[in-house]
Amino acid sequence: MTTIDAKELDFTKLNDRIRETAGDLEIVNCLGQRFIADGQSGRTITIQGVPGNALGAYLNGADIVVNGNAQDAVGDTMNDGSIVIHGNIGDAAGYAMRGGTIYVKGNAGYRAGIHMKAYKEKVPALVIGGGAGSFLGEYQAGGIIIVLGLTGKKIVGNFPGTGMHGGKMILRSDCKDVRFDKGVTVSPASAEDLEAVSSYLKEYCRLFNEDYEALMNAPFTIVTPDSSNPYKQMYVAN
Amino acid sequence: MEKEGQIRIPSGCAIAAVISKEGRRMTGESITEAMKPMHDRSNGLGGGFAGYGIYPKYKDLYALHFFFNNRDTRKACEAMLKEDFEVVQSEIIPTRTIKEITDKPIIWRYFVSPLSSRMSALQIDEKEFVVRCAMKINSTVKDAYVFSCGKNMGTFKAVGFPEDVGRFYQLDEYEGYSWTAHGRYPTNTPGWWGGAHPFTLLDYSIVHNGEISSYDANRRFIEMFGYKCTLQTDTEVITYIFDYLLRRQGLSLEEAASVVAAPFWSTIAGRDAETAKKLSYLRTVYSSLLITGPFSIVLGFDGGLMALNDRLKLRSMVTGEKDDLVFIASEEAAIRVMAQDAVNIQAPAGGEPFIVRVKEGKY
Repeated sequence: MTTIDAKELDFTKLNDRIRETAGDLEIVNCLGQRFIADGQSGRTITIQGVPGNALGAYLNGADIVVNGNAQDAVGDTMNDGSIVIHGNIGDAAGYAMRGGTIYVKGNAGYRAGIHMKAYKEKVPALVIGGGAGSFLGEYQAGGIIIVLGLTGKKIVGNFPGTGMHGGKMILRSDCKDVRFDKGVTVSPASAEDLEAVSSYLKEYCRLFNEDYEALMNAPFTIVTPDSSNPYKQMYVAN
Repeated sequence: MEKEGQIRIPSGCAIAAVISKEGRRMTGESITEAMKPMHDRSNGLGGGFAGYGIYPKYKDLYALHFFFNNRDTRKACEAMLKEDFEVVQSEIIPTRTIKEITDKPIIWRYFVSPLSSRMSALQIDEKEFVVRCAMKINSTVKDAYVFSCGKNMGTFKAVGFPEDVGRFYQLDEYEGYSWTAHGRYPTNTPGWWGGAHPFTLLDYSIVHNGEISSYDANRRFIEMFGYKCTLQTDTEVITYIFDYLLRRQGLSLEEAASVVAAPFWSTIAGRDAETAKKLSYLRTVYSSLLITGPFSIVLGFDGGLMALNDRLKLRSMVTGEKDDLVFIASEEAAIRVMAQDAVNIQAPAGGEPFIVRVKEGKY
């Protein structure tokens, strides 16, 4: 495995160095450099420190592990691969992702999973261990968003599912104190609903040493859009 | 080229701040370093800092920081100042000559005390007097600009990247109990020394990342109360809004935050009756001071800091702590520069003010 010391490297130099290397890689002393591992495939990149915005954007199959917190727009438009954050994540996590998985041990900021999408076998998943900020799954068009509420932070802030028109959200809560957008259907998750996402839940437990049985011993809520076109005629006939 | 204030171009930016709750004074070195990992949020057209508690020797005097384009203007301005103030100290603000910062104007500071005869003639208090003098100079004297006019605090700003601006002003030689910083990426105006952040009025200073869409609505309202927006930049109007709400209207910081980042009516409806009544009142009375569009700001004031995001939280901002220090920044990386082992890294929700004060009697 190659190691790159990112101290004093700006984002251009660091990303040049990353692309000059092949195989598994560890980046140490990372501090805010943007665009790390963008578009990468076929390798594992482990980061010590705080990576900058747009980590793993357009990711195309590589696996990224961050031993700490991540900033904004992680996995923007990622296509395949995995991103595992052993900490919290900033705003707009998984922005428009179209494939692959993101696992966050802790909390997520605003707009997690904004405009995630899916097509045929490409079904992205974003799993958040703690609570999510407002506008969770804004304009969600496909894929799966799971929020587990394990950190004590409120499961989700205001306006979840605004403009949602595809995919689903699974929240580990009865969501009695959550006000959802009127364009979505909110109901208790059935055994089948949970079975359908059990592989993600088990993977979360494996990655972060949580007990699966204990995790499942709680109410879950599933959120889906009312129709594929909930804003029909809101602005123009469409 | 048309100068700032004469042209409007339709910002990414970087902000950071640190404060010691114990009033422990620190040099400007750490806050300057903190701007480095956020370098790419700015484009070199503006950087600046505000330090609080930096002028203990003159703490009861107003510190007026000026940009002058030429010596004659400075002389003329000095004559004007002497009509209104006792000028206790007059000096050049020391700077380092570095290749990154060029075209510097004459940068001067005066430590002054308003003449009581002038204030009593106008029947206004000291702060209002200083505000009126600053507004008068900035709107009527060509080639002179007051960019800082508080007590025991000062703003330092220039065209350049913030980490260079900090070196240029020798901030390692000042000690303050709190600092704010800004890296600018101007999008509406060309970028001039006076237009860099922080924008300051009395001890209120604002650093701002964002692009407010309510600028003209806010400006029209605030100009009715004697404020003059001379630069067409949205941050200037935010500074005046806080001066108006806090100093002149006597609102608390929380109330002022509820005016500029008012909760949605649907959110207000979900609050308890008394809170809903108060929030509705503030939204209704000060509707023209609602700031829309993306912003994250840090308001510096005597003895504290307040960070605030727009209610939709369209800009990033995180906070952290380490012992007596509290940090605020656009990115966690900046906080890690100031304290690698900072704890309690949080992102305040949109519209929720994050307020830190120095312990009473410690500043």
